[in-house]
Amino acid sequence: MDTIFALASSPGKSGVAVVRVSGPKAPDLGRQLIGDSLRPRYAHYGIICDDDGQHIDDALILFFEGPKSFTGEDVLELQIHGSIAVVSAVLAFLGAKKGLRHAEPGEFTRRALENNKLDLSQVEALSDLVEAETEGQRLQAQRVLKGGLRDRCEGWRTQLIRAVSLLEVSIDFADEDVPEDVTPEVIEILAVVSSSFDQELSKSAGAERVRTGYDVAILGAPNVGKSSLLNYLVGRDAAITSKIAGTTRDIIEVQMDLSGLPVTFVDTAGVRETSDEIEREGIKRAIMRAEEADIALFLSLEGDLPDGLDDMPNSYIILTKGDITGRDEAISVKTGAGIDNLIDKVVTVLSEKFPSSGVLIRQRHLGAVSLARDSVNCALNMLQDESAVFELASEELRRALHQLEMLVGRVDVENILDEIFSSFCLGK
Amino acid sequence: MKHFDVIVIGGGHAGCEAAAASARLSARTALLTFNKDDLGTMSCNPAIGGLGKGHLVREIDALDGIMAKAADYAGIQFRLLNRRKGPAVQGPRAQSDRSRYRHAIQNLLSSYKDLEIIFGEVVDFFGSDDEVLGVVLSDGSVIQSKKVILTTGTFLNGVIHIGDKSESGGRMGAQASSLLANKIYGYDLPMGRLKTGTPPRLDGQTINWEQLEEQPGDDEPTFFSSLTKALSCEQVSCGITHTNARTHEIIRANLSRSAMYGGHIEGIGPRYCPSIEDKITRFADKNAHQIFLEPEGLNTSVIYPNGISTSLPQDVQDDYVRSIYGLENAKITQPGYAIEYDYVDPRCLDSDLSVRSVKNLYFAGQINGTTGYTETAAQGLVAGLSAALSCSGKDPVVFSRRNSYIGVMIDDLVTRGVQEPYRMFTSRAEYRLSLRADNADQRLSPIGKEIGCISNERWEAFSNKMDKIEVLRNDLRSSSFSPNELNAQGINVAADGNRRSLYQVLSFPKVGFLDLVGLDKRLEHAEPEIYRQVERDALYANYIERQEKDAERLKKDEAIAIPKDFSYEKIEGLSAELAAKLNLIKPENIGQAQRIDGMTPAAILVILAGLKVIERNARAGNA
Repeated sequence: MDTIFALASSPGKSGVAVVRVSGPKAPDLGRQLIGDSLRPRYAHYGIICDDDGQHIDDALILFFEGPKSFTGEDVLELQIHGSIAVVSAVLAFLGAKKGLRHAEPGEFTRRALENNKLDLSQVEALSDLVEAETEGQRLQAQRVLKGGLRDRCEGWRTQLIRAVSLLEVSIDFADEDVPEDVTPEVIEILAVVSSSFDQELSKSAGAERVRTGYDVAILGAPNVGKSSLLNYLVGRDAAITSKIAGTTRDIIEVQMDLSGLPVTFVDTAGVRETSDEIEREGIKRAIMRAEEADIALFLSLEGDLPDGLDDMPNSYIILTKGDITGRDEAISVKTGAGIDNLIDKVVTVLSEKFPSSGVLIRQRHLGAVSLARDSVNCALNMLQDESAVFELASEELRRALHQLEMLVGRVDVENILDEIFSSFCLGK
Repeated sequence: MKHFDVIVIGGGHAGCEAAAASARLSARTALLTFNKDDLGTMSCNPAIGGLGKGHLVREIDALDGIMAKAADYAGIQFRLLNRRKGPAVQGPRAQSDRSRYRHAIQNLLSSYKDLEIIFGEVVDFFGSDDEVLGVVLSDGSVIQSKKVILTTGTFLNGVIHIGDKSESGGRMGAQASSLLANKIYGYDLPMGRLKTGTPPRLDGQTINWEQLEEQPGDDEPTFFSSLTKALSCEQVSCGITHTNARTHEIIRANLSRSAMYGGHIEGIGPRYCPSIEDKITRFADKNAHQIFLEPEGLNTSVIYPNGISTSLPQDVQDDYVRSIYGLENAKITQPGYAIEYDYVDPRCLDSDLSVRSVKNLYFAGQINGTTGYTETAAQGLVAGLSAALSCSGKDPVVFSRRNSYIGVMIDDLVTRGVQEPYRMFTSRAEYRLSLRADNADQRLSPIGKEIGCISNERWEAFSNKMDKIEVLRNDLRSSSFSPNELNAQGINVAADGNRRSLYQVLSFPKVGFLDLVGLDKRLEHAEPEIYRQVERDALYANYIERQEKDAERLKKDEAIAIPKDFSYEKIEGLSAELAAKLNLIKPENIGQAQRIDGMTPAAILVILAGLKVIERNARAGNA
């Protein structure tokens, strides 16, 4: 196994840069830099010199002894001065050492995965955390990184393994001294697991959106104040995260952070009767975009909608130009009136529509858990029927277990046999 | 000097089945054993089959093996276990008359013209350090062969314990072949140590049967062999009794004198067949354990009390046995004992059961860490077929997890190894719904026909049965009925206006074939054997379809072969531990690699990447 190293902090100038070294050669390197006083989890002062004795940099050196480290291997962290030249000199110094090589992208994380320091869901969450731009995204990634999904899965798995083992013990040890009717206990377990699946699924319905963002479309007749609203939101503070040109000239998208939620506002072509074919196409697309969006804000001066624009299930009518119309309930980009309320409303609607306190933060997670739920419910129905076919119920539960296993780790027949043998006295 | 194609060492269940299989393929075969009485001896309980095990016996039979026929001939009580559960998890089991079983095996073996049985002790292999070319007997004579199958059971460093007394030996009264053992240790194969136990045997005339619960056999016996049509001897019942608080007290007071608990034994015992010492220690809150009193035969009064295996000293065995209801005056004819033995880690074998590091050598049976007659016989069958096929330059039969319990067991052994004596369970088979005891012939007899190991008699019976099944299935599929018509026959169907074929209707869990007979005159003449088979297929049809999709995925993984010389050390991103494991097991394909204990999806990806590199280099080399 090679010892790998890489710059762990971001490239470029900074006060301090962190270079991470992981693998069997890490302790040797540590002792070479600071001598035999190297102790795990202590900050040491060391001097990095090249082979000719030339001083490269002073460093603060931390040693983490495997398996109590990020990768599970022996890890050395060198905190050095964050200049481009120092960093490249230190990396060159490390690269010249025998048995050390520069890490490939993601290699530290991969080693953590292989050494069971992280499971698959945590690796995903780690990447989400690094990518997180809003508070909501950070919180969500942290929840899974701390093992939230793994813990839920472990809980479900333990229960399902218990249920399968009860069915299996009555199948494989039928001629022995085992409890005759396991059905009531299995039904009880499955009912609990099934409702727990339901809860987690409903709590997580919006989690994928927290990661990927929400769409809010702004529609209305020409000159009703759509672009002005967007510009106002853009200019309001430094909340814009990116400004992307629309897929057509007529659609402008701006992504921003609204109270921790990543929201993309979409400005569309004004809706009106027109004989211009190109404009008609633009209007058609605007309406399609609004239908796909999580929220469609219909802007209007008097509350009426132009021909061709009809109420949608996700639409809200917003009165504009309050400074001109004098309506109290209208917003105004001139005075700023009502804009904070509008933002609060958008945030509230999005949070309610897409609850995201759960740990199923990717489509993959939701898909696996809903398949598992279907299988568990199917087994539950079979067992509640008196002509229960145990081997079919067990088959369904194995499918459910397989789905959960795909999320974080693996389960196999040995787990089930372990449970059987630890709970029942078997053997003629 | 004598010369054979295949030499089988050992006359236990594995050896007999291996020799018979090899001889069926017309390989010139020699079976070497100490003496004639070894052939067909049941060294543990007098029963064949059970759950998962019964499946194996049916599979052996589907390839014309001898165990099923012998068990039918010797059967003195037949029971189909799990009768009230679905057909996929029903397993045939029979109590056997030991002496009838032995005779049946000996008669069957003597019917093979290509099989010669030789009595003697093998002390060495003939050949070089990494190639076996025959065997050397204790008188110094050499018998040459192309292949050698070793089926020596628990004879490797076997030690018998009764309380604090111990002696070397494979089982009570049998010789241990220690010279050969040294030869095997010399190969430096990975080894482990296991233990197993037996109960004391009782004199049935001293048991008070009148007070005991009786367990009779089924009214309609379920045979192991598809060629058996009728019982061949008188049937008997077993008795049932239980241990009690007094029994437990005696055992608890003497635990320190037990070989197992007194620290005399280091091997790992099976969790599912614990000694009575184990039972009362691990499940201290249970105040009674069931004991089945199994007759060992029709002409003997010896009783095998299944459930109280032990390694306590003999005086304690006397005491606790007599504390049991109905056994107050029971006389022990042979004390129970525990046996410890070495086994070879089967991960050093290929899936044809050949030893990877020694050419022409195969291991089968308990030496590979399994327990039970059927597990051992099934391996014998595999090794016998593999060795004989290899002699004539043919590919080995592929038993896979998809086509048989045999395949499940072989794959478990060679990819996962064993941590305790390996026993078959139906829960080990992920394709359990399609691998049923009732369709073993459909899964394996065509393979047997292809390689030439089944008789014409069997093939004709099988073809005939399959034709009838086909006709009946077509009849069931060729007509359809409306919900009204079905409901009128008392078959509950949703009134959704959909017409259903009778085959579809048969897949409803509550509908049986006999419910349908009134709907179609053609069904009236179907034979029970045929319609029951169709009924079972229909019950699982939907699930089997789904399993077939899973099986497709597995097939894809199994199609990605890993070269034998693939070097895992050079693969970047594989932990040292996993690389070492992979080097030991040498998975033959990605499917097997995935099943290795501790394997991660990430590691599989890394291996796949490594295979791609080889493929690319090979292409570049060819270009």
